[in-house]
Amino acid sequence: MKIAIASGKGGTGKTTLSSNLAKFLAEEIPVVLIDLDVEEPNSGLFISGELKESQDKFKMIPEWVEDKCDACGICQSVCNYNAILQLGDLITVFPELCHSCYACSELCPTNALPMFPKKMGELRHYQSKNLDFIESKLEIGEEQAVPLIHQTKSYVKENIPENVIQIYDSPPGTSCPVIEASKDADFIILVTEPTPFGFHDLKLAIDTMEELDKEFGVVINRDGIGNDDVEKFCDREVIEILAKIPNSRRIAELYSQGKLLYDSIPEVREQLEKIRDYIFELELKMVK
Amino acid sequence: MKIAFTSKGVEWDSQMDPRFGRTEFIVVYDEEKDELTNMDNSAIADEAHGAGPQTAKVLFDMGAKVLITGNGPGGNAATILEKTGIKSHIGAGEMTVKEAYESYKKDELEKL
Amino acid sequence: MKEIVVISGKGGTGKTSLTASFAELAGENVAVADCDVDAADMHLLLKPDFAKSEDFYSGYTAKIIQDECIQCGKCAEVCRFNAIPVVREKYVVDPIACEGCGYCARVCPTDAIEMNDAYSGKLYVSETKAGSPMVHARLGIGADNSGKLVTKVKTEAKEIAVKKNKDFIIVDGSPGIGCPVVSSLSGADFVVLVTEPSVSGFHDLKRVYELLKTFRLKAGCIINKSDLNFEITNEIKTFLEEENIIHLADLPYDESFTKAMTNGKTIVEFDNGELKEKIENIWKDISNN
Repeated sequence: MKIAIASGKGGTGKTTLSSNLAKFLAEEIPVVLIDLDVEEPNSGLFISGELKESQDKFKMIPEWVEDKCDACGICQSVCNYNAILQLGDLITVFPELCHSCYACSELCPTNALPMFPKKMGELRHYQSKNLDFIESKLEIGEEQAVPLIHQTKSYVKENIPENVIQIYDSPPGTSCPVIEASKDADFIILVTEPTPFGFHDLKLAIDTMEELDKEFGVVINRDGIGNDDVEKFCDREVIEILAKIPNSRRIAELYSQGKLLYDSIPEVREQLEKIRDYIFELELKMVK
Repeated sequence: MKIAFTSKGVEWDSQMDPRFGRTEFIVVYDEEKDELTNMDNSAIADEAHGAGPQTAKVLFDMGAKVLITGNGPGGNAATILEKTGIKSHIGAGEMTVKEAYESYKKDELEKL
Repeated sequence: MKEIVVISGKGGTGKTSLTASFAELAGENVAVADCDVDAADMHLLLKPDFAKSEDFYSGYTAKIIQDECIQCGKCAEVCRFNAIPVVREKYVVDPIACEGCGYCARVCPTDAIEMNDAYSGKLYVSETKAGSPMVHARLGIGADNSGKLVTKVKTEAKEIAVKKNKDFIIVDGSPGIGCPVVSSLSGADFVVLVTEPSVSGFHDLKRVYELLKTFRLKAGCIINKSDLNFEITNEIKTFLEEENIIHLADLPYDESFTKAMTNGKTIVEFDNGELKEKIENIWKDISNN
């Protein structure tokens, strides 16, 4: 079962929820938490474990072989990303702009642009009892999150048994990385806060999930601040509110210290129980 | 020698454009012929990525040996300029093209 | 004219709320650019009138013209993004998966594939309720946030600022460390970093600062919600000193941020006490720096 935790707005509590939920569920069943916010992965600040595996992740980039090149310029003309520049006899490749489409490499008449792997990030796999934690981080200067997100999902597929619940902490927003992170999930939990910014961005996130034809539910974080627009909206649109995590200074303080919440705050545990029950029900439905 | 400027207009009294890759115009002054020519850079400025190197290529194609600009070319563009031997001078972003040229002649601009 | 860009690395630190307050304090003498295009929120506080809107295109999407297609499958063979599935026995491009590389179009033996400009969102040019020009945008769902839209927002805002003789451009920057942030920062005269004293906040501050270093820009930092964790606030202060970043202010954890937002106001309009004074002082420092 794959659950993605997403939000339109940053800072609503995706990582707070995904790390607390994963650790909580792992008290009883095997769980894997995967941090796909590869630009700024943060779950590792809350979850610890023994390092099981560390892998460099690569994307394929063309490398120019000068003595095979006859400066025909086809490579430059077939690249839609300006990743190849021809200046007279000189070909320059810009790796961060390359989308690895292979067009230049395969259309080069003299085979002067073979594809080679270039490191674009790192994947780390930690384990602590029932909880596996996988985190991927983009190298600074690397601009594309999608290839690393994709490869991280493949790693999970190849290394984690099917019966383990997968929780994906997705990047914020609604652009391609979020799509890549959420598109294979069975269910999406959208985290929001009951404020005008939270409400506005929740609607954007909902539009995105509907575009992907995904089933989703909402968790309201910092419940109590702001107003009840989010709740009323969900009621009107018949969107399930899975849980409401209360607003409290104590919670904010624990969070700032990098501590998990549910073991010292009973209200949070209660809300996680609600989410757990919902997930189990969903699993049953899926099996049928 | 041909000197290139990143500019917002095509005349000597036009304001310099502080940007490189997304500059509005490239103005080239041919010192030998005392001629001012220009290139509209808007198509390149509009590209999602890779504007810098594309603009560097324009300079190369126009035969410029010196670049005078404001903030300076980004990493990729700088690589191309270096490879083609074009020398960059920065800090002229708030001047007119004429003022930028005079500053350059007096060796007042920062060299990259 | 001075360009001030506000960034944060991590979301939820109060970046947009503070940027809107600065815009409010600058009054009519400012052009506002909301470059946080993936989930833009500043318009909820500054109440722009959405006077002009423009469709925005970035990149391409392939489309198979079925009448010309001979179903040879060469396109699907060369596509590295699994974007050409077979649906009801026909090859069809999945526009969400398509990355616009154009390889398929180049190999199609009957020229049956066209590359269309990909609709990526909308750009708006407005006037805020305070009477200042504001350029903002809405990135389309699943769009590539390449920084192109951010650049467009900034360019338009700058043009307007120059034309209307404004002293300041205030930019609500993009979160993260990728292209959109780079585009937000390009051309800045002063960068304001908004952070919070949490493990995540400090972690992301350091990461975004790595990026900032390569631009050699003058920067100042506001530690928001500073009283949540004095230990980390002090660690951040030490970091700021070491890196020569101006420590602009510490702001206390204050529910006024949310109350103001809920009332559709900027904090400086809503609050009348210490918080407002502190923000006014920050703005004074920023505008004079």
